[in-house]
Amino acid sequence: MKPLWETNTELEVQHLTMRFGGLTAIGDLSFNAARQQITALIGPNGAGKTTVFNCITGFYKPTEGMIKLTHDDGKTFLLERMDDFLVNRNAKVARTFQNIRLFSGMTVVENLMVAQHNVLMNASGFTVGALFGSGKFKRANTAALEKAKYWLDQVGLVDRADDPAGDLPYGAQRRLEIARAMCTGPRLLCLDEPAAGLNPRESEELNKLLLAIRDAHKTAVLLIEHDMSVVMGISDHVVVLDYGRKIADGTPAQVKADPAVIRAYLGVEDEDDDEGKAAAAVVQEALTHKPVPDDVLAAAIVTPSIPSASKVRKASAKMPASKKKGRK
Amino acid sequence: MSAPAKSSASGTELRVLSPIEIVQDLFWVGLITTLILVPIVYVRTLLVQSSLTYVTRPYLTLVLLGIVLAYRLIMRLLVWNPRAAAATAPVENAGQAPSAVSGPSLGDRIGPYVARGMFGLALILPILLMWFGNRDSFFPGWDKRGIDLAIYILTYIMLGWGLNVVVGLAGLLDLGYVAFYAVGAYAYALLSTVYFPLWFGHGIVPYAFYITLPLAGLLAACWGIILGFPVLRLRGDYLAIVTLAFGEIIRLVLINWFSFTNGPQGIDVPKLTFFGLAFADEKGSFSDFFHITYDRIHSYVFLYYVILALALLTYFVTRKLRRLPIGRAWEALREDEIACRSLGINTTNTKLTAFAIGAMFGGFSGAFFAARQGFVSPESFVYIESALILAIVVLGGLGSQIGIVFSTIAIMGSFEVFREMNFLKQVLPSGTEPIQFRMLAVGVAMVLMMRFRPRGFVTKREPTAYLKESKAVSGDLVSEGHG
Repeated sequence: MKPLWETNTELEVQHLTMRFGGLTAIGDLSFNAARQQITALIGPNGAGKTTVFNCITGFYKPTEGMIKLTHDDGKTFLLERMDDFLVNRNAKVARTFQNIRLFSGMTVVENLMVAQHNVLMNASGFTVGALFGSGKFKRANTAALEKAKYWLDQVGLVDRADDPAGDLPYGAQRRLEIARAMCTGPRLLCLDEPAAGLNPRESEELNKLLLAIRDAHKTAVLLIEHDMSVVMGISDHVVVLDYGRKIADGTPAQVKADPAVIRAYLGVEDEDDDEGKAAAAVVQEALTHKPVPDDVLAAAIVTPSIPSASKVRKASAKMPASKKKGRK
Repeated sequence: MSAPAKSSASGTELRVLSPIEIVQDLFWVGLITTLILVPIVYVRTLLVQSSLTYVTRPYLTLVLLGIVLAYRLIMRLLVWNPRAAAATAPVENAGQAPSAVSGPSLGDRIGPYVARGMFGLALILPILLMWFGNRDSFFPGWDKRGIDLAIYILTYIMLGWGLNVVVGLAGLLDLGYVAFYAVGAYAYALLSTVYFPLWFGHGIVPYAFYITLPLAGLLAACWGIILGFPVLRLRGDYLAIVTLAFGEIIRLVLINWFSFTNGPQGIDVPKLTFFGLAFADEKGSFSDFFHITYDRIHSYVFLYYVILALALLTYFVTRKLRRLPIGRAWEALREDEIACRSLGINTTNTKLTAFAIGAMFGGFSGAFFAARQGFVSPESFVYIESALILAIVVLGGLGSQIGIVFSTIAIMGSFEVFREMNFLKQVLPSGTEPIQFRMLAVGVAMVLMMRFRPRGFVTKREPTAYLKESKAVSGDLVSEGHG
């Protein structure tokens, strides 16, 4: 049976290439994201994940390739040709940022009102109507406040609604950014490392929120994440990038077992058997949260000639912390 | 003069004083002040025919003493009073309360009352000045002069409110705002003297201002968009330089396009009329129509109410716009342009509307300026005017409308004060007038402000929407914009 992302495609990325001068950040990348599924985009640091996001959301114009978005009603959008704000306004793609970009001098609820700018702007008769107190705008304004309140409720920030966004703790700012993106009424939500800096309990809440967005709001989610508990816990589909190229694509279980993924994350040589096994075991641990048998790990650690031994240990704490040698 | 009061206050602890203690406090402050004032102010030596005599100045001394005591009393009751402070202090986030706003400032507590009071005062100011300023009253000669000064200040308040849209709300640094002022002024001048008589005959000239006013705003808004297009991609310093250049270009075109603008000689334009009735001692004039004796003050009072109406229009429109999606988008643009675009906001249009609306109010006040002066020339639109308006906005606190009122009165009022301070001639180098040092004073004021209140008079930002209660946002969180 064909996977859902082949049959019910929301986002179709084909032969996407992005070059910055001589550097090829993404090379010939093709993948699909299904409607109402959570698709995770993972890969070591510098693999080009955020560049893919910037291409999808219109902030970068790709050098080559096509990014096609298809709505439920059959409307299609070629995102690589659209201005960044039109990607959100017309194609209904919302995003968050790796380094949080809230309007920190505005209150939490104002942030959510800004997100509903286009709806309110139309209702305000391009400001003229609202300036003379049109009832249509007042109704739209009330509805927008209700929507803001609903999303604050979803992310658990109702109590802080009237506080400045810049005063919120880090985890709350991440949730607020998701709520703000959802207030634009997206069909596809792109989240750039939503779990970065969250504690395990907050990650768990994030998982629930993302599942609710997927199921209750019929929104496809595209996710960049290093936290494997989030990626493996909730994604339906995982795409792995390395050096701007796709090295694996499939369900979480398929990706976990893929030797290319293990190689990309740990940088082990194929012929180095002992180390390879140890590394694979550690990756398995990270992916499945099962402890590695001591004897396998010992084989990796006691061998002094293996340069990646310390990295292996680090990797067991958190996978992305380990980098391939010589990578920036 | 308030130096002794200040230095003694900084050493005292904040506690609630009983009325008797306050009186005691005032007594000691008064004593110290008197001791200082007697040798410096009360006794003044004079060299009369090479013999040294002295005169005493009791009134001046008493006025200065009164100022010091009033200052001390107000500070005791409102600022150095922990009970009053606690009652109205905003709840700050304990860990993050920045030192600059940790104590509630005077403005926070009495702000709303001051604003209302000033609005009321603005409405009746000409009447007050006509009472107290006429020839046989307390301040002879101050009626016309006071109203004129008020008109002058209101013009700058209006310009400040207009520029506030661009700089304070949208965060786009505009150093060429005076260009729109010039466009408005020349729009009125050229339309009323050349084009309206040409198109509609001379009968229209008395009414020209009322027809030209919207046109002047429209033309200035167009020029705002024309300026906006090339600078859309620029930020920060680059934006500032291009807007500066734009201001100069407009001025240089006005000087050099002799056949159109009459160059540096300027244009004589018809003065403002009372809806067609001129202010003059003749038949068919305002005084003739209403059967009152002609007095020049009628035109001053009318000008005052026209600029007050225009300024209030600016105030209420910009205040309303701030609460509408467009104004919220301006502020969001100031906070983070990339986030705005990710939320589907067309930042190009948002910036252009900010430029256009800011320019429109500049155009309105330009047309008023021309109608008030009866003369326009490029000399009125030099760069220093832009800098002054920007200084008013920055000193008032970016984005704050009431702060702009204070800063305009402070800056423009201090210019007038310099005109009065003839006693400074004693200490100034010979051949200089106190008025020549006014820009120096503005500079010193700006330096002091950057040291003590780097965010301007009003540092709080009022939210434009709220769920439960409206809590002001501390200025330290609000971004200044990136240009």
